[in-house]
Amino acid sequence: MLTELQKYRKVGTSNATTWFKAAPVQQFPENGGACIQYQDLQVAIFNFTRRNEWYACQNLCPHKMQMILSRGLIGSEGDEPKVACPFHKKTFSLKSGKNLNGDTCEITTYPVKIEDGFVFVGFPV
Amino acid sequence: MTRIVVIGNGMVGFKFCEKLLAAGSGKDFDVTVFGEEPLPAYDRVHLSAYISGSTVEELQMAPREWYAENGITLRTNELIVAIDRNRKTVISHSGTEAPYDKLVLATGSGAFVPALRGVEKKGVFVYRTIEDLDAIKGYAGKVTSAAVMGGGLLGLEAAKAVLDLGLEAHVVEFAPRLMPRQLDDAASAVLREKLEALGITVHLNKNTRQINGNGKLTGLDFMDGSSLETGMLVISAGIRPRDELAKTCGLETGSRGGIVVNDHLRTSDPAIYAIGEVALHNQMIYGLIAPGYEMAAQVVNQLTRQPVKPFTGFDMSTKLKLIGVDVASFGDPFPPETTARSIVYEDKVKGLYKRINITPDGKKLLGGILVGDASSYHRLWQMVQNGLPVPPEPEDLILGARNGRESAGSGIESLPAEAQICSCENITKDAICQAITAGGLSEVAQIKQCTKAGTGCGGCLPLISDLLKHQLKAMGKQVKNVLCEHFDYSRQELLDIIKVKEIKSYDTLLSLFGKGDGCEVCKPAVASILASVWNELIVRQDTIQDTNDRFLANIQKGGTYSVVPRIPGGEITPEKLIVIGQVAHKYGLYTKITGGQRIDMFGARVDQLPDIWEELIDAGFESGHAYGKSLRTVKSCVGTTWCRFGVQDAVSFAIQVEERYRGLRSPHKLKGAVSGCIRECAEAQSKDFGIIATEKGWNLYVCGNGGSKPQHAQLLANDIDSATCLRYIDRFLMFYIRTAEPLNRTATWLNKMEGGIDYLREVVVNDSLNIAAELEKEMAFMIDTYSCEWKEVVNNPALRARFKHFINAETSDPTLAFQELRGQKIPASWG
Ligand code: SRM
Ligand SMILES: Cc1cc2nc3c(=O)[nH]c(=O)nc-3n(C[C@H](O)[C@H](O)[C@H](O)COP(=O)(O)OP(=O)(O)OC[C@H]3O[C@@H](n4cnc5c(N)ncnc54)[C@H](O)[C@@H]3O)c2cc1C
Ligand code: SF4
Ligand code: FES
Repeated sequence: MLTELQKYRKVGTSNATTWFKAAPVQQFPENGGACIQYQDLQVAIFNFTRRNEWYACQNLCPHKMQMILSRGLIGSEGDEPKVACPFHKKTFSLKSGKNLNGDTCEITTYPVKIEDGFVFVGFPV
Repeated sequence: MTRIVVIGNGMVGFKFCEKLLAAGSGKDFDVTVFGEEPLPAYDRVHLSAYISGSTVEELQMAPREWYAENGITLRTNELIVAIDRNRKTVISHSGTEAPYDKLVLATGSGAFVPALRGVEKKGVFVYRTIEDLDAIKGYAGKVTSAAVMGGGLLGLEAAKAVLDLGLEAHVVEFAPRLMPRQLDDAASAVLREKLEALGITVHLNKNTRQINGNGKLTGLDFMDGSSLETGMLVISAGIRPRDELAKTCGLETGSRGGIVVNDHLRTSDPAIYAIGEVALHNQMIYGLIAPGYEMAAQVVNQLTRQPVKPFTGFDMSTKLKLIGVDVASFGDPFPPETTARSIVYEDKVKGLYKRINITPDGKKLLGGILVGDASSYHRLWQMVQNGLPVPPEPEDLILGARNGRESAGSGIESLPAEAQICSCENITKDAICQAITAGGLSEVAQIKQCTKAGTGCGGCLPLISDLLKHQLKAMGKQVKNVLCEHFDYSRQELLDIIKVKEIKSYDTLLSLFGKGDGCEVCKPAVASILASVWNELIVRQDTIQDTNDRFLANIQKGGTYSVVPRIPGGEITPEKLIVIGQVAHKYGLYTKITGGQRIDMFGARVDQLPDIWEELIDAGFESGHAYGKSLRTVKSCVGTTWCRFGVQDAVSFAIQVEERYRGLRSPHKLKGAVSGCIRECAEAQSKDFGIIATEKGWNLYVCGNGGSKPQHAQLLANDIDSATCLRYIDRFLMFYIRTAEPLNRTATWLNKMEGGIDYLREVVVNDSLNIAAELEKEMAFMIDTYSCEWKEVVNNPALRARFKHFINAETSDPTLAFQELRGQKIPASWG
């Protein structure tokens, strides 16, 4: 299952080579997430209306390897935007991917951009 | 630069390093640690958590990097095989040599394995390291039952562990009672009942003769001729200090094992210290973590030239860490009658046994035993530790608050400043109060961080939170339980705000009365309040709901959901049973009768939920709200309709009650029951509201629950007619919904209520606050506005569309994996 984790490779806006056209904006619930498929990856995309920001991260929660993060509650700790896994409430920064309330390993986040009503996620390949 | 070599990277070895760094003189020392185990030090005290799902990472005292970052050389997987005291060098099995100026032996102990015929057989294990547990886990799959040799603290923990692994569990104890060192016969008897209730079979007075089986163990033979068939044996017959190194290099060791140390933890070689479970001080090996930490601290003090206080022994009080089984033994649990008076309180029905031993003059508490309810453990133990005066009626100490009197000795303020609160880290009341005032701390978590108090066994956490409240009060800060960092209000205040200001959305509330962007704590809490006040369809604001409420189903391992249709009172027609069977069959769902008199279908994909519910609703079912903090079930017994003892029609009333409150959102789940006579087959006295039929009508009990802290419901009103009964429940539930904190069951709510059940009766029955009419009106609104959430979703394409795994693909989650068990599917085990 670890190999599952290794599939998710970190990227920044800068070194994102492909911008994948995920779905139209209105398909994403306000202040919530939805899951998209890209190649063999599952990516959670969050429409953080309240901050009017968008975030994306692996859908896989590293704690018990559950494909679930898109169904997690989002919010903030201090200023850090975060998502909480529905299973055991581990929380991860939507910016850095760091686990905020324990020592579970961090998750991979992806850059997101909105163009003519569509959500694009940046991938290394 | 002093070269320090630590042999043993266990809890105490680690604590030594940590304290050395904390002493701020890390740079004066060059520290090398050798650990035989492959993993860096982990929390052995909570080893059993590894069975119940904690990960290695969670158990580790510190990640591997920590050592490097702090300039400590950590060599795990490396067994030291020799100490050359002339050359002041240690030699490892791989031939590595490490010179030392000071050597610290923290080699701990291993499980003691008696020389029995057959111990070498496959299926025989000990319970000491993560590797042991991995081996046990691995083997558990191959067998159906396991025996644990030894009924002491560890043995019982091991027994619970194998039980949790799904095995039939047996405990075999040589002595005539359990935990012989901590408990007397009566206490042991009560504990035995509790364990057997958990499903652990206890065999006392059993002296094992041999272990049977060829190659693989198949059972045990006992001296008394009896025998026990079992597929696995976990030996927990005591500990053996790891003093082999000390022996071979000529250090003085005890006849029954252990490295002899003086009050300064020095061995017979002044350059060598021994600490933790391997050290023999005054003929005593301390098999507990707290003394080990204290030893580590004292050696650090010597090495860093800080004030040293000689180690003069340690208190051996302990608490058994089994969920649902409260057992504690403190001070001297059973002193000889000549030197003490004992007061014993036993309640066989409730399964309580409490014993305290006081000096003949009745002035001081010497020790005692608590079984069934150890809530007063830390306070009593504090009394012993600090020699606090015993109250005039010592029995108050174990009988607690009676006829209105404040329960004695409970006051945290009665503790002297130097009272030790956290024994693992040896932190005093004063130190904690200082930290609170100086650091302006306001949360237990912060106290843990700043002082490390409560980071060991965690047993003192309740005491710490009391201390915090008390200290904050003393500082004039009003203590209030605010929801989270985003709202400086309690749940009750928020509920009032929402009502008065007619707020209907979470976002509005956050903008007007909160800060930040919310979190997984306040979102569901507010969602629940909104539902309790406005009763609007919760999926309208789906992204503030916990996933269970967002998808109207309980999430399961692997990310599938379960489906629980309401079956009021547990009554169901054959036709409806058939429908459930057909639906489960069609969608390949695992079915099980729940503990709540209904049927749970597990393993539905999120995209299947609406289709499944559509079929159920067409057949006349509705949501069972198993996913919500809301009414679950109203359990019934057949009552007069069939039962020859019944005095009222329990089923009809149960159905009426369940349908009255179905869908009602509340701070925590609600459960009810109706029994047809005093035989109480519906277990009404274990419910949030329980109704028991009498010749004249009904007796209404409230605020009971099962679960982790079972509590019996208390009588609110007796011999009332159905209408009155419903009216009282209306008021009771609404009062609870208005005033309880999030995730407090009615029992917890009542326990916190000033005046307890009498006060509650005043409010609900005698309307002392005269809000009864209001409460009834609010409940009437809830009942009128009820509608089945699933029906709305099924008939609303937009809502339906949300039940998808991918929004950019029609496929379902390809990673879903199942395995088969007894002809049904179950999720593939946790990754
Ligand atoms: C399915 C069921 C076990 C079973 O197979 O029988 C069950 C399953 C769960 N229980 Fe339970 N409980 C079930 C009956 C009980 C009972 C027995 C009863 O209701 O008579 C109890 C003890 C009685 C009581 O609650 O007072 C019970 C006490 C708990 C508790 C502890 C509550 C407490 O106050 O301590 C939890 C944890 C919690 O709610 O915080 C819990 C939580 C859960 C959760 C929701 C844990 C979770 O979040 O996944 C489980 C998921 C339910 C699901 O997936 O459908 N369950 N649970 C039972 C469903 C009953 C039903 O028809 O709705
Ligand atoms: C299941 C369980 C539950 C427990 N519950 C409690 C509790 O509730 N409360 C409580 O106070 N205590 C409890 N204890 C006891 C507590 O864990 C021990 O007192 C504590 O771990 C002792 O720490 P230590 O460092 O002295 O020994 P250990 O933790 O055993 O560490 C010694 C380490 O040294 C290593 N070692 C030994 N010899 C060598 C060598 N020659 N070279 C290199 N390395 C070596 C060992 O492999 C081991 O890793 C429990 C123990 C167990 C097993
Ligand atoms: S069903 Fe209840 S008791 Fe059983 S494992 Fe889940 S929460 Fe625990
Ligand atoms: S699986 Fe995500 S927190 Fe446990």
